[in-house]
Amino acid sequence: MNTHPPIEIRNLSVVYPSTGRGMPPKTAVAELDLEIRPGEVFGLLGPNGAGKTTTMNVLLGFVNATTGDAKIFGCTARDPLARQKLGYLPEMTYYYKFLTAEELLRYYARIFKIPKAQRESRVDAALKLVDLEHARKRLIKTYSKGMQQRIGLAQALINDPGLLILDEPTSGLDPVGRMQVREIITRLKDEGKTVLFSSHELGEVETVCDRVAILHEGKLRVIGKVDSLAKEHNCGLEQLFLRVIGYQPKLKNN
Amino acid sequence: MENIIVIASIALKELVRRKDAYVLLIITVLLTLISGSVNMFGDLKMVRYVKELCLLLVWICTIIIAVTLTARQLHAERESRTLFSLLSKPVSRNELILGKFFGCWFACGLALIAFYLFFVVTAVSRGEHWRLLEHFQAMWAHWIMLGIIVSMVLAGSLLFTAPSSNATICVVIIVGILMLGRHLGKLALHMGGLKQTITLAVFYAMPHLEFYDLRDLIIHDWPMVKWNAIGLATLYGMAYAAAFLGLACFLFRRKPLNA
Repeated sequence: MNTHPPIEIRNLSVVYPSTGRGMPPKTAVAELDLEIRPGEVFGLLGPNGAGKTTTMNVLLGFVNATTGDAKIFGCTARDPLARQKLGYLPEMTYYYKFLTAEELLRYYARIFKIPKAQRESRVDAALKLVDLEHARKRLIKTYSKGMQQRIGLAQALINDPGLLILDEPTSGLDPVGRMQVREIITRLKDEGKTVLFSSHELGEVETVCDRVAILHEGKLRVIGKVDSLAKEHNCGLEQLFLRVIGYQPKLKNN
Repeated sequence: MENIIVIASIALKELVRRKDAYVLLIITVLLTLISGSVNMFGDLKMVRYVKELCLLLVWICTIIIAVTLTARQLHAERESRTLFSLLSKPVSRNELILGKFFGCWFACGLALIAFYLFFVVTAVSRGEHWRLLEHFQAMWAHWIMLGIIVSMVLAGSLLFTAPSSNATICVVIIVGILMLGRHLGKLALHMGGLKQTITLAVFYAMPHLEFYDLRDLIIHDWPMVKWNAIGLATLYGMAYAAAFLGLACFLFRRKPLNA
């Protein structure tokens, strides 16, 4: 049994080189320490440009750390093998229009080298979880946005991962779509999966997450359990978020 | 290796399920049949004319298929963000490049078989005798050339941001090599100094796609090329494809991906 935490980030800094003459290098993440425990749903919050996506990119091996290290189940994130136990849902992905849902899932199952005997049962289970069994033979180009997002979740689950990284999983969805995705995340939590997700929907984070971290300008500002933070700071998550990022409302009621 | 095959299968499926290749095949069939219907008096030269036109269309169409199919691969993966889904799985960037190469190359091979089948049927229906080995040799050389083109376009898709600019630049280079490649060496001999050095450098460095153009042999019923020459041309083509793929892998590894 793997005793390493699903995510372990130590002293992580990512500095993007200068994009033009006279432009300084951009520090996207600075000295970030973060550990996510098995079975918890962890929310990564922050305004745009706070460093959430860069942190996820390092975990997924898309971007190299300038200093520090990120590990997934004890394996360095740079190693493709680290991604064997990981599922990832990118923000607003449009999957191959010329494939059907089951073909798409078979394709990703083959990437994970899931034996043929198990492949079909995994495809069935993933489609059942996201409630897309009825549309499994339809081309993805005929799917609505909500269905696209659910097939995205299904592909992230095809390898039965221990850790799921979801990048704004409800972005662009209508209230029903959001509710469906939220239900799926809750079901995954009940199954004991570890979930890391970023979102701008603070109400959703409050409902689903066990712990949250707020990043601002690449630095970790606040971390803790949702209810403990509320008690400690004597305010809701939204107020805390605004306070942490230093937002001052410009309009005041007379 | 398994990942490469799996990724390649998607490019193959794309060619089969999209309409582009069928449209080009139908255009080739129509233009060939229309031009073929003019030959009412069994004139031998007319048969050659039909064969020439048909083969020219096959060449143009397969180059278009190779360039457009390959140019959109990485760009479409990035645009639709499936690239991030794919690379978040245990797949290396090199495997992705090789998978795309083999997928596009085999897809071009499939299209090539359909086009050559039509050509052979047309030629035989116009009174030609079966020359299967000659046709196979021409098709094989053609396919190797498409391998060089596919790898070149794949490397281009990492150099140029838009697939349209990549496709245009690659088509200009391909047409340039096919039309002027064989004359460049002779041209250099009439030059002097630095110009000659540069022209000769370009002549020796570029992939000579014209080596693979065996259309005249088929049109004029000339004897087959020796198989060892075809073997050497295959090795030459593979070396260029490997060089372009090496460049593509190098560029892709250095590219930061921001999901």
